[in-house]
Amino acid sequence: MSTETTLDKTPPPPDVLPPVPLSRGSLPRGAAPGVLLAFVVVAAALWQLADANPAVCGIGAALGYSVVIYAWSRAVEGPRGAFDRLVTAIVSSAFVLALLPLVSVLTTVVDRGLERFDSEFFNNSMLGVVNEGGGASHAVTGTLIITGIAALMSVPIGMMTAIYLIEYGRGRLARYITFFVDVMTGIPSIVAGLFVYALFELFYGPGIRMGFMGSVALSVLMIPVVVRSTEEMLKLVPNELREASYALAVPKWRTILKVVLPTAIAGIATGVTLAIARVIGETAPLLITVGITRGDNFDPFNERMATLSVYSYTQYQNAPGFAREAFVDRAWAAALTLILIVMALNLVARLIARLFAPKTRS
Amino acid sequence: MPPTKESKRDRPPAAEGGRPRGTPQRLGDRVFSGASTGAGVLILVILAGVAAFLIAEAWPALWADSEDVTGGDGIVLYIWPVLFGTLISAAFALVIATPLAVAIALFISHYAPRRVASLLGYVIDLLAAVPSIIFGLWGVAELAPMTVGPTEWLADNLGFIPLFDGPASATGRTMLVAVIVLAVMILPIATAVIREAFLQTPRLHEEASLALGATRWEMIRMAVLPFGRSAIIGGSMLGLGRALGETMAVAIVLSANRDIVSFDLISSANSSTIAANIALSFPESSGLDVNTLIASGLVLFAVTLLVNMGARAVINRRREFSGAN
Repeated sequence: MSTETTLDKTPPPPDVLPPVPLSRGSLPRGAAPGVLLAFVVVAAALWQLADANPAVCGIGAALGYSVVIYAWSRAVEGPRGAFDRLVTAIVSSAFVLALLPLVSVLTTVVDRGLERFDSEFFNNSMLGVVNEGGGASHAVTGTLIITGIAALMSVPIGMMTAIYLIEYGRGRLARYITFFVDVMTGIPSIVAGLFVYALFELFYGPGIRMGFMGSVALSVLMIPVVVRSTEEMLKLVPNELREASYALAVPKWRTILKVVLPTAIAGIATGVTLAIARVIGETAPLLITVGITRGDNFDPFNERMATLSVYSYTQYQNAPGFAREAFVDRAWAAALTLILIVMALNLVARLIARLFAPKTRS
Repeated sequence: MPPTKESKRDRPPAAEGGRPRGTPQRLGDRVFSGASTGAGVLILVILAGVAAFLIAEAWPALWADSEDVTGGDGIVLYIWPVLFGTLISAAFALVIATPLAVAIALFISHYAPRRVASLLGYVIDLLAAVPSIIFGLWGVAELAPMTVGPTEWLADNLGFIPLFDGPASATGRTMLVAVIVLAVMILPIATAVIREAFLQTPRLHEEASLALGATRWEMIRMAVLPFGRSAIIGGSMLGLGRALGETMAVAIVLSANRDIVSFDLISSANSSTIAANIALSFPESSGLDVNTLIASGLVLFAVTLLVNMGARAVINRRREFSGAN
């Protein structure tokens, strides 16, 4: 019983233990924001007054803040706390860094696009235009027609597939479809274009171009997106709703049509709108299946059509040495139109999602 | 057994509901289930069709005489330089984008205030909404001139590294700009996948680690990052797939050189990519040239298919794992 004796004999006197600090030192509350503000002010001053490069100023401010806060915190809080603050600084500046291209892209497009963003641009085609003037009315209409047909084809297929996966699908086929829908989201858009060209060439011979081919190519890109978003929304429909409907002896297909879909319809509409926004700006598949025209052609089953994205690309790429400005301005105006359409679709999608939120009980 | 909340979220509801036993199969039911199954099968058919038609159209180019293929050196030597350019541009874009995507996902999931986090996620998603043609125009008009100064400095001072061999391009239309544009374009998809995984980290793991006295970074390193590791791999591979197939941005930024194989990022003599080469050459091609381009598209399709299948396999493995929690 040696343990007992030792326990009895030497009760550790409390005052012998080294005092354990119950709190560590920490920087004052306003330290981090204060230091950051100081560096930002210095950087802004350098940029404005000394005319330094804004990028260098920004990077300098981020670096300076990191070093100062690390050193200060290491002195007060110890190495662990200091490293924590350093990581916070790095992670935050990474986020700001990612915002820079977005801001830069948007301001550039608005800035340069406004040059030719006028009524002439929207009321004229390129028919007979050599240098200045001209517009993209034919391209706007063409984009709407081609994307519209693509949506008409992909929404039913995509929705039915999602219904199959959620309501019917079990076993191997459903697993394969889920997996390959995922894989299909990754098909490069240019490959979709090549596929459609290869398909139509069999029937129409080489060199075939028409608007409908573009719609099919866009559908290949759009279907998986519709499937995914519809699937997510159908999963949110509470199972009790289905069971209540079955209990009333409603057949399964009527349950899906009258109970499941109406419950999820807002989310599905949001997903479809976002899918349209995604494909409306596609260029590569349209470039090789639809081509471009100078004048109006609104018949998707006959010859080349103009679309906004391809219009913008060709105006930029084929700009001649003389009067280059006019071509580049048109390219940017088309880009601005395109981005406005995309942003509007995104906004509509958010509005639908907010106004008609899925009626779940949770 | 009442279904628990957990199982309802993970599994499709139909797995529990099912078709009520004993109900006769009505006509409407048969039609509806037939149509939805048909739509599902149609997707598989489309995917198989993509492969089949590409192979059928690429076939003549694969067996043509070397002299007849564009460039006159045979199909392999035609595709190799652009495949090289594709791989190298995507790889460097990935190197830039992955750390950024992890940092941004961490910022949104663990650093930003809860209330603005979803808004910030939406802002990053906006990057994905910008059409690729606009990124191309932006790259050439805004980004390229900005890189001229720094690349000259790189060529002068770090020229011994093969990547910065130089001579630096005077216009800025270099592989470096293409790589940066690609990195910006794949950032949203990688961030979205990684953020989703980080948000699913078990709350108890995080709280346990904080309760043991870990700082926020130590908590992230020990609880969040291990949990999200496969999502980081899968998300960046998805981004890689995007970068491999990106067309217009590269086609606009790079000046067209089809047969250069070079690691040099900053000179104006740069490799092109498969997708950009197709976009630039296809409109004016005919005959066997078209078949050759389609053959290169087939190679691109195979590469992206492999990358995407790998990515999905990695991500799905994690999904099963987290479902067990």
